[in-house]
Amino acid sequence: MNYDVFIELAYLLSAVLFVVGLKRLQSPATARLGNALASLAMLVAIVTTLIDTEILTWTGILVGVAIGGLIGGVTARRVEMTQMPQLVGIFNGFGGGASALVAVAEFLNTPTIGMGTTGITIMLGTLIGAVTFTGSFIAFAKLQELITTNPITFPGQNWVNLLIFLGVLSLAAAALGVGPIEAPPLTLFYVFLAGALLLGVLIVIPIGGADMPVVISLLNSYSGLAASAAGFVIGNMVLIISGALVGASGLILTQLMCKGMNRSLANVAFGGFGGSAGVDRALIGKRPVRSADAEAVAAELGYVNSVVVVPGYGLAVAQAQHELRKVGDLLAARGVDVRYAIHPVAGRMPGHMNVLLAEADVSYDKLFDLDEINDDFANTDAVLIVGANDVVNPAARDPGSIIAGMPILDVDRARRVIVMKRSLSPGFAGIDNDLFYMDNTLMFFGDAKESMSDLVREVRELT
Amino acid sequence: MGELMIGLYVFVLAALAGREVITKVPPTLHTPLMSGANAISGIAIVGAIVVAASAEGPTQTVLGVVAIAMATINVVGGFLVTDRMLSMFKKR
Repeated sequence: MNYDVFIELAYLLSAVLFVVGLKRLQSPATARLGNALASLAMLVAIVTTLIDTEILTWTGILVGVAIGGLIGGVTARRVEMTQMPQLVGIFNGFGGGASALVAVAEFLNTPTIGMGTTGITIMLGTLIGAVTFTGSFIAFAKLQELITTNPITFPGQNWVNLLIFLGVLSLAAAALGVGPIEAPPLTLFYVFLAGALLLGVLIVIPIGGADMPVVISLLNSYSGLAASAAGFVIGNMVLIISGALVGASGLILTQLMCKGMNRSLANVAFGGFGGSAGVDRALIGKRPVRSADAEAVAAELGYVNSVVVVPGYGLAVAQAQHELRKVGDLLAARGVDVRYAIHPVAGRMPGHMNVLLAEADVSYDKLFDLDEINDDFANTDAVLIVGANDVVNPAARDPGSIIAGMPILDVDRARRVIVMKRSLSPGFAGIDNDLFYMDNTLMFFGDAKESMSDLVREVRELT
Repeated sequence: MGELMIGLYVFVLAALAGREVITKVPPTLHTPLMSGANAISGIAIVGAIVVAASAEGPTQTVLGVVAIAMATINVVGGFLVTDRMLSMFKKR
């Protein structure tokens, strides 16, 4: 029996374990085991590769693993849950970078490879990997607020990007000996690589901070595609399969995020958004509202049957999720049915708010997504909105509004709406929210954390 | 059928399988899904090992080692942080 067969079977086992592991993520109860299976799959793939490869020197491999393992391990333990988007962002970058380097090394081995399937996959792998690498670092820097979170734009930006993209493609072709540009393949390749790295920077800088969930998801998809491309380069099926799985996952999440924001991917990538063109800002906050203090809010929440909490990113910014959970617990102890309604773009990445609430010990079976809970608002006694704005703006139902068609939580259908917010200032869309001025709405002004602490105290004092 | 075509078949079928599995992941687990998928994209470590192991010059050795380090950050960090997050999801 051929020895290679065992190697291929081991890789197949690894690929199967990846799929089974991902499948277990379909329920929070089995997800942890699924993650363990996926990491086992990785171990199988790595050990198989170590056995299969005629290793000339172990030193380099051990040094690389030691450095990477230390950095990855320490970061994973220390990171705050609010920082998950930038962590995933930077990890994406490393994955893309590693894939790019594999392709680069393969080209350096055979710089005269010329036009052919291997040559094309090398160029593709380098391009996707390099774009993922620098793009992810820019996304990280924006999310970590190392650079401005506002879109960085200049006139003709999309044209410049298109030109660079076409230039990069012609350089890749030239490095493979095709096209009008004549130079040594290695020189052409280095310029190509530099262009690809620059492209990664240029396509992420014009995207604003609030659009980062889309970008992070898309870069996640790219990092998978880069791994697949590396798999094509070295002819390894497990790379192709795992890369395809990640590519699919990233793409699905990208679509969900776009849908949650009611925007197309093209609009996120090319359209400057976040301004408030055509909106009469002068009117914002000028209409009368009913406001309430912690005591009144406690009374509104404590004597009813059902309360739905709508957390927005403002909650996480104020670090008030633990106080919120205490309010929820106290209400539940009084016999109130407390549930949490989570909008798809409530956090800074898909599912981010769920993780933040899970960290605050909110039971996961109390968390409901938009489709699950939207029909229930009409039968809900009170809704408590904390640090959310655009995602509960009924203007989305008005075809003339700039957020028309955006999926929203139908909180205005509840009997009582309580909005905990610092002021009447508009959300990311820059428009006023009619919800604040409705007859059944109470505004509970103040910092989310302080207000929530006050609310904990007041609910506790209810008889 | 050439190796490239076989690879393409595998890629497309794997992407379809991925789509089937992943569309069923509930929104509440989308962040762990993403960080877990992220860890899986660290599979590039396999390619990095091949490069580092067969390196014939200092340039390739350096590229291989850097690639291994980056992919390991992705793999180790990704799986650990996913596990950390999933351990927080409790039903009470």
